[in-house]
Amino acid sequence: MSISAPPPTTEPLWLTEDRPDAGELGLCVHCGFCLNACPTYHDLGVETDSPRGRIALMRGLDDGRIAWSPRVQRHFDQCLQCRACETACPSKVPYGRLMEATRAEAFAQQKWPRRQRLIWRLVMRGVFPYPRRLRLAGYGLKLYQRSGLQFLVRRSGLLKRLAPRLAEIDALSPSARRPFFANRDTAREPLRGAVRARAALVTGCMMPLAFPETHRATVRVFARNGVAVSAPGAQVCCGALHAHGGDVEAARLLARSNIDAFTPESDDLPDAILINAAGCGSHLKEYGHLLRNDPEYAQRAAAFAARVRDVHEYLVEVGFSPPAGRIERTVTYQDSCHLSHAQGIRKPPREVLRSIPGLTLSEMRTPDRCCGSAGLYSVVQSEISQRVLAEKMDDVLSTSAEQICTANPGCMLQLDAGIAQYDRQGRMMPRSTHAIELLDESYRLGDEVDA
Amino acid sequence: MVRELIEAIGEQAVVWHDEDLLVYEYDGTIDRGNPDVIALPKTTDDVVNLIRIANRYDAPVTPRGAGTGLSGGALAAKGGVIIGMNRMSTILDLDVENKTALVQPGVVNLDLGAEAERHGLAYAPDPSSQRACTIGGNVAENAGGPHTLAWGTTTNHVLALELVTADGEVQWIGHETRDEPGYDLVGCVVGSEGTVGIVTQVLVRLVPRPTAVRTMLAVYDSVRQASDAVSAVVASGIVPAALEMIDKMTIAAVEPVLNTGFPLDAEAVLLVEVDGPESQVEAEGARVEGILNRFEPREVRSATDPEERETLWAGRKGAIGALGQIMPNYYLLDGVVPRTTLPDVLDGVYEIAERYRLPVANMFHAGDGNLHPCLLFDEREPGATERVLDAGGEIMRLCVDAGGAITGEHGVGLEKRDYLPWIFTEDDMDTMKSLRAAFGPTENFNPCKIFPKGHGCGEAGHQHAQHQIAKFGPKAFV
Repeated sequence: MSISAPPPTTEPLWLTEDRPDAGELGLCVHCGFCLNACPTYHDLGVETDSPRGRIALMRGLDDGRIAWSPRVQRHFDQCLQCRACETACPSKVPYGRLMEATRAEAFAQQKWPRRQRLIWRLVMRGVFPYPRRLRLAGYGLKLYQRSGLQFLVRRSGLLKRLAPRLAEIDALSPSARRPFFANRDTAREPLRGAVRARAALVTGCMMPLAFPETHRATVRVFARNGVAVSAPGAQVCCGALHAHGGDVEAARLLARSNIDAFTPESDDLPDAILINAAGCGSHLKEYGHLLRNDPEYAQRAAAFAARVRDVHEYLVEVGFSPPAGRIERTVTYQDSCHLSHAQGIRKPPREVLRSIPGLTLSEMRTPDRCCGSAGLYSVVQSEISQRVLAEKMDDVLSTSAEQICTANPGCMLQLDAGIAQYDRQGRMMPRSTHAIELLDESYRLGDEVDA
Repeated sequence: MVRELIEAIGEQAVVWHDEDLLVYEYDGTIDRGNPDVIALPKTTDDVVNLIRIANRYDAPVTPRGAGTGLSGGALAAKGGVIIGMNRMSTILDLDVENKTALVQPGVVNLDLGAEAERHGLAYAPDPSSQRACTIGGNVAENAGGPHTLAWGTTTNHVLALELVTADGEVQWIGHETRDEPGYDLVGCVVGSEGTVGIVTQVLVRLVPRPTAVRTMLAVYDSVRQASDAVSAVVASGIVPAALEMIDKMTIAAVEPVLNTGFPLDAEAVLLVEVDGPESQVEAEGARVEGILNRFEPREVRSATDPEERETLWAGRKGAIGALGQIMPNYYLLDGVVPRTTLPDVLDGVYEIAERYRLPVANMFHAGDGNLHPCLLFDEREPGATERVLDAGGEIMRLCVDAGGAITGEHGVGLEKRDYLPWIFTEDDMDTMKSLRAAFGPTENFNPCKIFPKGHGCGEAGHQHAQHQIAKFGPKAFV
């Protein structure tokens, strides 16, 4: 028993500049308010897998009191990075940033098993940064799904027996939806009325392939409200998954490419950089922090980040005309973690939904608890992810909703997998959707009635 | 012992690696304790088995809920086994007609509140940590909260409980009727700080949810005006549901992060809540507002919708944590004084803090006279911790001298055990110890808590308190 921590025994273990900031670690007063907000503490029931516990481990490493064992690494790996703890934290500890910093160190120090590192290099560095390779993968996926091969594989249960992990990935794989969204598609939508603002859309890596309709709806909705939307052709994946995984080097490369694509060195910046995926949005808003030590890009990154707007946020900010088409449907809204906890955006999506005539919003008990998707988490930590999903579906199905609405592609995929698995009564027939799609649907129905 | 514990409850339920134990060395205070192993039972039988194993190895046993406590109650002061009750978190039964709930100790206070709310009921004790703290911990510490002014603390809401005693026996104490003949044994267990056994089930009383609520915010230019207003409200005979004071330093911490709307240049704000049936709320609200207005407030306003009310309360309940914005560490004190002495005691608190060159923030249950001065410091600054502890001792002494006591709701724990002789004689303490002994061989149960010194508790911990006592005279009894 002692009043303060024992003196450090070894040197700190950090290797890079990206290490967790000691001052930010010091903000935690271990009050424990975060515990009950944390899905992994809820699930595993042990404080080593709570935000307060993980911060204590980071501090332990920082003080040199503990060694960076695989056990410690596992506690870090099991974090969903949902940042619900940040909402609960009265001291405003930037937990997400600390966890990303810790993961960056883990990545730099090669704390992962070899195989995992190899797959990362192959997929995250080999495919994601290149739109053409992604598209190729999209065609491949489409072929796999259209040819009936996926159906056969799932039906036979062969994969489940031979490679259960692969089967899980298969269950979560997005269905590729043709036609894919192309950046030049934005030019097609005629504007209504005078141009009120110009926005540039971040189309992202997966969305054009798996959720092209969300993008089309976004362009139509903003065009109707006098916002001209374009999508710079040279843009790449935003790098959120890379930063969350600790591969900050790749994340920085991608961020620089996007800054060049969206804000070429001119004064003619778009009024907003629009994003309809919550996970990407929260990361784009962090570009300033990501490139803070980059003499060439630091300023431009901060300027870029300052213009990033989530679609719901921007709709409410510029104002949108009330839709007229009735949609008689009860939906429940799942707060995507990176929209609610990371960006503090909770009301705008609900405002959008409530503006739709006929639509009823039936709230679940804990709409802002993570669904377990968490980017690559659902694949890498599938066991915990599945349990978190089960609890979420329990909550969802206790509402009277016929459809789930959420704000991030990862969440949509996860919840769709949840519907397939848990909705025994087949109540939720349509796949989960994005508020912007519902708004678009209502606008178009209104037009039909007018016509 | 670790091997036996694992055999008893499984590998996933035992934490014993060095790096993992680090996570269990603290609670919400600045003290630390180093456990040898953590065991996480799921059933009463598990608890019985764990206690028997610990007894065989003569190991100290420390119960723990969510570790949000503020007196070091959940710290393994002498090492040994921490029994973490957080996995026993089921609401077993909610009896709407009899207004009771049977819960496991790991149920989170707010989760019980939410469940009760669905049936038009409420669980009254609402400590600021209610989002995370557990009912078991609330029972151990006899937790309070802003709304215990009208409803009473935890002890007023526990009807019966299941206790695993120090020799591993399971006992039910209390009864679902309000008034059991014989000694009030439940009352002995509530607030015993884990020193007489481990509670494994609790039957709590629920109260009707008020149909109407009015929350008022009154802004004052001096702490004295605000505390005079508090005395006047209480003297009027109205018992508000809550009556809280928040001072300037606290506002400075809270406002930038929580945007509660507390004016940054005010010296003190009062948060007053009246609830009950619509007509009563209207009448009492108007009267309270009239009283608040007598003390020249800058402004009195009412929260008009639930959201606004929530925001005001978020400012109060998030206050402690928000202090991390100003300084990395805080030392949160918990003293209680007769309400009429509030203005003088507060002056004294500010004087002491100034003398020790420490920023102090006050946010507290003014209606109860329950002070929570919070001294801010940076433990990395040499000598700061000692200065804080000295100042804390003086403030406690001030409360005692004003006719108060050393804890209102946080418990004595590790933190204030050395101050116990300020309010109790040796005889008093011996009587308490014999009551504790009546529950069985309890000396290994949460050792080093409540009572000063104690066998084998070491000198390392609270030398500062010894030195306090030396400073104020050895027999400073009241």
